[in-house]
Amino acid sequence: MAATQPLLALRGVSKSFGGLTVISDLDLHVDEGEIVSVIGPNGAGKTTLFNIITGVYRPDEGEILLEEQSIVGLDPHQVTNRGVARTFQTLRLFLNMSVRENVMAVQYGRTKSSPFEAMLRLPRARREEREIRQRAEEKLSFFGQRLVGYRWDQPAYSLSYANRRRLEIARAMATEPRILLLDEPAAGMNPAETQEITELIGKLREEGRYTILVIEHDMHVVEGISDRVVALDHGVKIAEGSFDAVATDPRVIEAYLGLRKAETK
Amino acid sequence: MADELTPQVPPDQPRIGVDEWVASVEGKRERYRGPVGWLRRGWDTAPAGARLLAFVIPAAIFPLVTTEGNLFRYGLITLLYALLGLGLNVTVGFAGLLDLGYIAFFGFGAYTYGYVASVHTGHHWPAVPAILLAIAVAALIGFIVGFPSRRLVGDYLAIVTLFFGQAFVVFVNNGDRINFWPFNRTDLTGGANGLDNIDPLKLFGWTVNTTKEYYWFTLGAFLLVIILLYLVSESRTGRAWKALREDPLAAEVMSMPVNRLKLMAFVFGAAIAGFAGAIYGSVQTGAFPGDFDVGLLITIYAIVILGGAGSLAGVIVGALVVNGVPELLRDPNQAEWVFYTALVLLVLTKVRPWQKLVTVVGGTLALGFALVAIADAWFPRWTAGEPNTGKLAHWVSHWMLLPSHATQIANWAYALTIALILVLTLLRGWWRTIVMIPTIYVGAFAWENLLVEQTVGATRFLLLGALLVVLMNARPQGLFGTARVEIV
Ligand SMILES: Nc1ncnc2c1ncn2[C@@H]1O[C@H](COP(=O)(O)OP(=O)(O)OP(=O)(O)O)[C@@H](O)[C@H]1O
Ligand SMILES: [Mg+2]
Repeated sequence: MAATQPLLALRGVSKSFGGLTVISDLDLHVDEGEIVSVIGPNGAGKTTLFNIITGVYRPDEGEILLEEQSIVGLDPHQVTNRGVARTFQTLRLFLNMSVRENVMAVQYGRTKSSPFEAMLRLPRARREEREIRQRAEEKLSFFGQRLVGYRWDQPAYSLSYANRRRLEIARAMATEPRILLLDEPAAGMNPAETQEITELIGKLREEGRYTILVIEHDMHVVEGISDRVVALDHGVKIAEGSFDAVATDPRVIEAYLGLRKAETK
Repeated sequence: MADELTPQVPPDQPRIGVDEWVASVEGKRERYRGPVGWLRRGWDTAPAGARLLAFVIPAAIFPLVTTEGNLFRYGLITLLYALLGLGLNVTVGFAGLLDLGYIAFFGFGAYTYGYVASVHTGHHWPAVPAILLAIAVAALIGFIVGFPSRRLVGDYLAIVTLFFGQAFVVFVNNGDRINFWPFNRTDLTGGANGLDNIDPLKLFGWTVNTTKEYYWFTLGAFLLVIILLYLVSESRTGRAWKALREDPLAAEVMSMPVNRLKLMAFVFGAAIAGFAGAIYGSVQTGAFPGDFDVGLLITIYAIVILGGAGSLAGVIVGALVVNGVPELLRDPNQAEWVFYTALVLLVLTKVRPWQKLVTVVGGTLALGFALVAIADAWFPRWTAGEPNTGKLAHWVSHWMLLPSHATQIANWAYALTIALILVLTLLRGWWRTIVMIPTIYVGAFAWENLLVEQTVGATRFLLLGALLVVLMNARPQGLFGTARVEIV
C-alpha cells in the first residue's frame, strides 16, 4: 500500500476510571471513505472510546491523530471544529428547541460573527445566518419523508424516538465533519426502521462523502454496512477484519457467550 | 450466527416517543380553545414587530393620561425593573446560569454614574460618556467575577455570586475610607450615607429632569435593549446560549465553547444591569447601599420567573405584575378591586365543570345575603360596622357582615380561613365544592374587616405572594414561557 495515511488513528490509547481499566492499549485506524463498525458486549468500552476521541475524556496514555495531527488535550468543541462529529447513544438533543434550531445551533463553530454584529445586522452576520439556515434545511432534507418540512418548527421533544435518532445524525452532519461517529444509531428501532438506518448509513457515505465509525449491536446492520469490523471486550481489541472473519472468531463468540452465561446465572 | 449475536430489545421498553405519545403531546398544545386560545395563537404567530407595538402603544399613551405620581410608581419604576429583568433574563433565562449577585452590577452602574456625575466628587460628566462608563465598569466586573466562576456549575456558581453580591454591599458601606495605594484616603462611595446629589442626565444640551422626561428616556433605553437582545437571541450566539441551557455537554461536543459562552452571557447581563443602574442613580439623584440588597434581587427574579425565563415579552408582563400589584394595593379602594378580581378569576378558572361553578358562585352569594338578612333582623351589631370607602366596598356591604368591633372576630376569621383552605386540600369532588363556599365567605370577611385596612403594610406582600403561588400553579413555565419538557 502506498503511503495513504489514515484519517483517524489511535495509537496505544488507554483509559481507566479509578481502578477500572476501560480501554487498554488500543490501536485503531479509520481510512478516508471507510465505514468501520465497533462491536462488543455491554460495558466493553465502546462509548468510552467515542468519549476519548471527541475529547470528553482525556486518554491516560496514547496518541490520537486526525490527519496526522494530535487531537489529545483539545476541548470537545475544538475536536468538533477539526472535523469529528458524533451522535449520542442516550440521545442528547436540545429538546426544548425546534428541530430546525437544533441543526442551526451546532453550526456555531463554523461561523464567526459576534453578538455585536448580530445586533447591528452587519453584512457578515446576515450572510452567515442565511447560510446556517440553508445548511440546516439541506441536512434535514437528507432524511426525506421522515423529517419533512412541517416538523422542522416543532420542538425536538415532540419527535418520535426514531426521528430523534435521525435528528441526532442531521445535527452531527451540520457541523460538516470529515468523520462521523455514530453510537448505536439503530438502538430502540423496529425492524423496518433498522433496515432504513442501514440504507441511510450507506447513503451517508455515497452521497454525503463521510467517513464513518459506528458502534452497533444489531448484527444485521453491522453486516450490511461495514468495510471492516473491530471487536472490543473489556477495552481490549480482540478481533479485527471483515464481518465474516470477526463474527466467526472464537474469541468474539466467547466474549458474547461468556456474557450470556454470566447473565443467565 | 449473526442472529445469535443480536441482543434482543425488550419488547416492553418505555415507548415514550412513539407516535401515539407524540400525538397526545400535540393534542395538549392544541388544547387552548375559545378567546384565550385565539389570543395565544395570535400572539404566537404575530411577527416580533407587532408584538413590540402591543407594548409600545399603551406605554406611549400612559404618560398622557396619568398623574405625575402614578407615572413614577407604575411607569418609571416598572420600566426600570423590566430593564433589570432583561439583563437577568440573559444570564438566567437564555444561558441558564444562576446568578445571585446580579444586583451588585446594578449597584456598580449607579455608583459609577454617581462618581463621575455628582456634587460629591465634583465631576459632572454628560450622560453619554457617563452611562457608557457605567456599562463598561459593570461589564468589566462581570468579567472579573465570571472568569474564575465560569467553570462552576449550578449551585456553586450561585454561592460564589451570592457572596459577591453581599461583598458589594459591604464594600459600598465602607468605601468612604479606602486608604491604600493608589487610593490614599479616597472616598469612593460615600459609605453608609451613599452618594447624594447625583446629577440628572445631560444629553446633548437636554437635561432630563421631570418624571415624564425620565419615563421617555427609560422607555427609549428599554426599547433599545429589548430590540438588541431580540436580534442576539435570533443569532448564533442566542441559539448557543439556549443549547447550553438545554444540555451543556451536548453543546460542548457540538462545537460550542461552553465556558466562553457562559462568560459572555454573564457579562451581557452585568452590562445591562449597569445601564439600568446609571439611569436609576440619576432618577434617585443618589445611590445608597440599602438599595442594592437581596430584596431587590428577589423582586427581579420573581419578574423573570413569573414572565417565563427566556421570554422577552414575559419580562414586561412580569414587571407590570410584580411592581404594579403591590402599588395598587396601597390604596384600599384599588385593593378592593384587586382582591375581588383575583378571587373571581381564581374561581372562574379553577372550578370545573359549570355545575360546580354555578354552585360555588350561587352558594357564596346566597350565603352572604342570607347572613346579612338574618343579622339585620336579629343581631344588628353584626352589620353595624362602617363599610370601607369606594363604590365596590359599598356594594359589598350588602353581602358581607360588618360587625361594629370587628378586629377580634376578623382575626379569628383569618385563622379560620387558613384552616379551611388546608381542609380544602384534603377534600375531593362535591365535598370540596361545598366547603369552598364558606371558605370564600370567611376569607372575604377577614379581608373586609381586617386586611383591607392594612394593605399599606405587610398584607400586600402576603397577597402578592399568594397571587404568585396561584399564577405559578396555573402556569409553572411562567406567563409567557413555553412548557419545558424533560425526557429521560
Ligand atoms: N465516567 C465514568 N466513570 C466511571 N466508569 C465509567 C465512566 N464511563 C464509563 N465507565 C465504565 O466503563 C465501562 C465501559 O462503559 P461504556 O459506556 O464505554 O460501555 P459500552 O461498550 O458503550 O457499553 P454499552 O454497549 O452498554 O453501550 C463500564 O463499566 C462503565 O461503567
Ligand atoms: Mg455504549
